[in-house]
Amino acid sequence: MLYARLIVMRLLKAVVVLFLIVILNFVLIQLAPGDPAAIMAGEAGATDEEFLRQLRERFGLDQPLYVQLWRYVSGIAMLDFGWSYRQGMPVLDLILARLPATLLLTGTAFVLSLALGILAGSMAAARVKKPSGSLIMALALIFYATPLFWVALMAVVLFSVYLDWLPAYGMYTVGAGHTGLALVLDIAKHLVLPATTLALFFMAIYTRMTRASMLEASQQDYVKTARAKGLAPRVIQRRHILRNALLPIITLAGLQAGQMVGGAILTETVFAWPGIGRLMFEALQQRDYNLLLGIFFFSAALVIVFNIITDLVYRLADPRIKGAS
Amino acid sequence: MRKTPLAATIAALAFTTTFALADEPKRGGTIDTIIQPEPPGLVLGMVQNDPTRKVAGNIYEGLLRYSTDLEPIPQLAESWEVSDDGLTYTFHLREGVLWHDGEPFTADDVVFSADVFHRELNPSARAVLQHVESIEATDDHTVVFTLAEPFGPFLISFEAGTFTMVPKHIYEGTDFRDNEANNHPIGTGPFKFGSWDRGTVIQLVRNEDYYEEGLPYLDGVNWHIIPDGASRAVAFENGTVDVLPNGTVENFDIPRLSAMENACITDEGNEYFSPFAMLWMNNREGPTADKRFRQAVMYAMNREFARDVLWNGMGQVPLSAFGSNAKFRHDGLEPYDYDPDRARQLLDEMGYDGEEVRLLPLPYGETWNRWAEAVQQNLREVGVNVRTVATDVGGWNQRLGDWDFDLAFTYLYQYGDPALGITRSYRSDNIEKGSPWNNVEGYENARIDELFDEAATAYPEEEREALYHEAQEILHEDVPVGWLLELGFPTIYRCDVKDLITSSVGINDAFRDAWLDR
Repeated sequence: MLYARLIVMRLLKAVVVLFLIVILNFVLIQLAPGDPAAIMAGEAGATDEEFLRQLRERFGLDQPLYVQLWRYVSGIAMLDFGWSYRQGMPVLDLILARLPATLLLTGTAFVLSLALGILAGSMAAARVKKPSGSLIMALALIFYATPLFWVALMAVVLFSVYLDWLPAYGMYTVGAGHTGLALVLDIAKHLVLPATTLALFFMAIYTRMTRASMLEASQQDYVKTARAKGLAPRVIQRRHILRNALLPIITLAGLQAGQMVGGAILTETVFAWPGIGRLMFEALQQRDYNLLLGIFFFSAALVIVFNIITDLVYRLADPRIKGAS
Repeated sequence: MRKTPLAATIAALAFTTTFALADEPKRGGTIDTIIQPEPPGLVLGMVQNDPTRKVAGNIYEGLLRYSTDLEPIPQLAESWEVSDDGLTYTFHLREGVLWHDGEPFTADDVVFSADVFHRELNPSARAVLQHVESIEATDDHTVVFTLAEPFGPFLISFEAGTFTMVPKHIYEGTDFRDNEANNHPIGTGPFKFGSWDRGTVIQLVRNEDYYEEGLPYLDGVNWHIIPDGASRAVAFENGTVDVLPNGTVENFDIPRLSAMENACITDEGNEYFSPFAMLWMNNREGPTADKRFRQAVMYAMNREFARDVLWNGMGQVPLSAFGSNAKFRHDGLEPYDYDPDRARQLLDEMGYDGEEVRLLPLPYGETWNRWAEAVQQNLREVGVNVRTVATDVGGWNQRLGDWDFDLAFTYLYQYGDPALGITRSYRSDNIEKGSPWNNVEGYENARIDELFDEAATAYPEEEREALYHEAQEILHEDVPVGWLLELGFPTIYRCDVKDLITSSVGINDAFRDAWLDR
């Protein structure tokens, strides 16, 4: 019951926040240089006054700003995200068509980085003064500091060009006509490089953070007590140290999860993964404002949802928080 | 140096092509190629940008095609006549042509496309149609265009990408841009639209009912969409794609890719568009408003260096405003050779005081950035104070449209006739804010306007030459813009893809005749 009340309250707040975000985004985007009609005309390679006038009228760009804002906000209230100027399709259709690919990629990377990061971090914490522990931390530092696109390109050179083990780009083999299980395997094969690349950075962060907070937790009195009463080191590590060290990791995981819609621009571009990040980048370059606003809206909504989920998970991990808010 | 291996490859290619023609074409197979960037839509006539032309040029057709020496050849029109006064053009259409949905293609479709569809939607076609008084279908397979006055380039304006034939039975009486059929384009071409998985691939499939017996040879064409330049190069290297259309990979990757085993490279198929790189110079204000400054820029730039190092030795350094395969080109002009001393002298003469000049690179990738750096260095060597202003495509469009620049890179298509492609950059009635493709530099010269007007409507052809020659002499002296390079935009492909480039629009209708020797 307490949870239900909490969720309802948070959702109500979320609607207000989302409304403010929509208005803020709309205003911000008006500040960017470049008029969508002029860009479309520019892209066409030829233009005249008539062409520009038609475009502006068609997309309502000839209306005063407050009319445009009103139309946009009232549209969103009806779940109408408008029309993509450039692609000539409803924004919602475009986003929904790209969403599964992105969620598959970022979701896989999320699970991968979280699981491996915590594993590596706890291993490093248990081997704090041993070479193997230092090796894990050195690797984590390297992956943390290396630019993502470079890792991606090098992975392509190694695994696709030289070894020819994995496909370099795309989501499935074009023209192969796979269905059923074959298609699933094909997609999985295409997923390996981009998901790993995307996961590496977060994995490094989780590793470092897990190790640090586990080391901190292991200094606590209750750990000494546990040792004194003769519990096995493994049990202490898992039940007393790790669980208490989890809170900062959950915070970070909540942040990463919030980025699942728009956080993979580079990876999606290098690996030609047909997701939202690429759509967003292209929309930005083409000043396809409705599409861009639509993606911003979805990203913002996702961040809010994951903030709520993170709060709930806190309560599961640490029952002491329950009374606090 | 770097030039030699490429030149050798091109020579070798010319040799293989002649050989290939002797072979019997083989039926079957699918070609994988790349389209970059992803087109906004596939209905030619509604969208005319480069990626749309490349893909949809294989779905749609025009009345005429143009050979690599820009002579008209039949496409949907089988034959044509021009009256002696140059006012009446009669086209006899091919019989038995079907739209992809099975409806017959007739003269009514031509009238609808030209008189209704293009007049409403298509700025490039509108520019030609303003000379046309009436368009009539005299029977099912004959169309008569009557002009108000002779218009020299009329016969070269029927290229499929500009003057696309669209189906009347689908578009008549509808809101063209909202028509449901736009998601499933219907043309008369050798390939039908198959599917479009956005962000991944556009698939075209063979038109079994194509009117040319036996064509096309291929079962289909897959246009892969790969946003990253390095990944596109890898796609060719690891064998996923067979054809890299012009502009698909960065110039610095070209020598490596074309040196691969079984890789061929050709510079053909750019004749119709003849992309011409230019440097806009703002004629309105600042140092660039002075003719001597603009001449100094021409002398200061080492254009051969840019061609040899940045463009792999491909392309031609232009003499003046008319490109090397432009009609009515004046060869007798004194070239602006690389001459820094002359440039310094001109700058002294005008009393250039070191005022800052802003240079806008073209935001189309690495080659253009490097080129801007090279020009910046050339200009600094003669004492010009240049600052490069980086923008993205949107910002570049905006700045040119608002005339907010001193120097800016661009490239323009020439469309086979000076009246279509070249004069638009110099006529004063083409000065208008909001477009990066008109007279952006703000050059105004009443004599030039007069000459270009007369030359466009002079008849017959021979009358036009003297007018254009005089215009070129004036432009050459005034240097309204910098003439940088006629770009060599090579297509790279596996050597067992045969008969790929068969017209002056290259890859845009390439797959009609192509076949795989496998």
